[in-house]
Amino acid sequence: ENVDLQKTAFLLRKAWTLYSVTPLYRFRRARLRDYARLLSAFIAAEKQKGLAVEVGVELDIKVAMSSLPDLRGTEQDQAAILVQLSSRSRASSRNSEDKLLWSGWFCSVYGDDFSENVPESFTCLPLFLTHGAESYTAMVGSWFQKTFDCSFRRLAISPLNLSWMVAMWAGCKLDRAASAVELIFSVPHLPQSLDISYAIHPEDAKALWDTVQKTPGEITQEEVDVFMDCLYSHFYRHFKIHLSAAKLVKVSTVVASAHCDGIIKILHSQYLSGVLMLLTELAISQIQ
Amino acid sequence: HIATSLPLPSERDHLRPRIDLIVFMIDIKSKYSLKNVEASLAYVDASFFLGKVCFLVTGVGRLNSCSVETNAICKLGEAYCSPVIFCELELEGIRVATAQRLLRILQICAGHIPGVSALSFVSLMRNSDDD
Repeated sequence: ENVDLQKTAFLLRKAWTLYSVTPLYRFRRARLRDYARLLSAFIAAEKQKGLAVEVGVELDIKVAMSSLPDLRGTEQDQAAILVQLSSRSRASSRNSEDKLLWSGWFCSVYGDDFSENVPESFTCLPLFLTHGAESYTAMVGSWFQKTFDCSFRRLAISPLNLSWMVAMWAGCKLDRAASAVELIFSVPHLPQSLDISYAIHPEDAKALWDTVQKTPGEITQEEVDVFMDCLYSHFYRHFKIHLSAAKLVKVSTVVASAHCDGIIKILHSQYLSGVLMLLTELAISQIQ
Repeated sequence: HIATSLPLPSERDHLRPRIDLIVFMIDIKSKYSLKNVEASLAYVDASFFLGKVCFLVTGVGRLNSCSVETNAICKLGEAYCSPVIFCELELEGIRVATAQRLLRILQICAGHIPGVSALSFVSLMRNSDDD
């Protein structure tokens, strides 16, 4: 858990779109500079083809790729790889800073079970997180696919997994004041879509989880079910609505928030490793 | 006959024909449907569990919207010695095939197929457990 807070500050409080990635073939960490140059050329070529992001704005896209050795679970995990696209507008003055347009990073946190069974020439970094325009994600993704013969898939998070997340994170002990635990449900089969937001005081949520969890550090499906059932019956008692018949689409706690479309926001560095470990697991099960 | 839960209203008992098969439908997207089925099971006479009950799990095409653990449903099937059928109603092919399966099961339960009775389902299930 000795993650350098400075280096991981870029992760926090940003909405990251999640993907699962199959292992990369013949990826050489020593060649990151070369890869950055190749990706830069690829993006320039795509723009020439007319697949430009913004019309009328001349942008030089600079690509930077770096290794993040602290962002991993065990020594068996590959260190994370960060890809950043920045621009310097040709029209601006010499003192203008590069503007960060897009970032994406590959990581694996406690993904040993998966990487163990993969041949030597493959690099396992099953979780890919992006922030920025979808068009850049598509370009970066297709370059990686062409170069390393891997494939990307959006990582969806089912209501079952979201309830695991809210149970785990609501139970986290935090030093500073916590924000409300919020669950958002979407109600199906209505002519106009309806969203129900259920906010719980963080102390109450933690107290509930503490009575449910039997062994600290371990969580079972039964415990998650009991936790959710308590929340559902409390809601039913007050509003006569069965939330268990609705679809849980988003959960938000002081630790992190997650959306079923595969979007995550990590708000606190304290449990970064735990959050990434869970996401790595989801990515691996989507690949297998 | 379709009901949202059991027990059936007693007022119509004398008008109701014999019940040959009970299909409990569980929507994998709704935890509530599982709870409803679990509660309704308590109102079923024990004799039905000799092959005249089956569980139909719908919505399996959309695992990304899964709110129910499939393990829990399989355990339910084992506990009540009844088969669990998974299907996706949104796909016409599967919908038709599932309907045909259920019809076949119903024919057997109603005694329309000579030589095969509902009890065959129970023994089929026990055999796969012994493997």
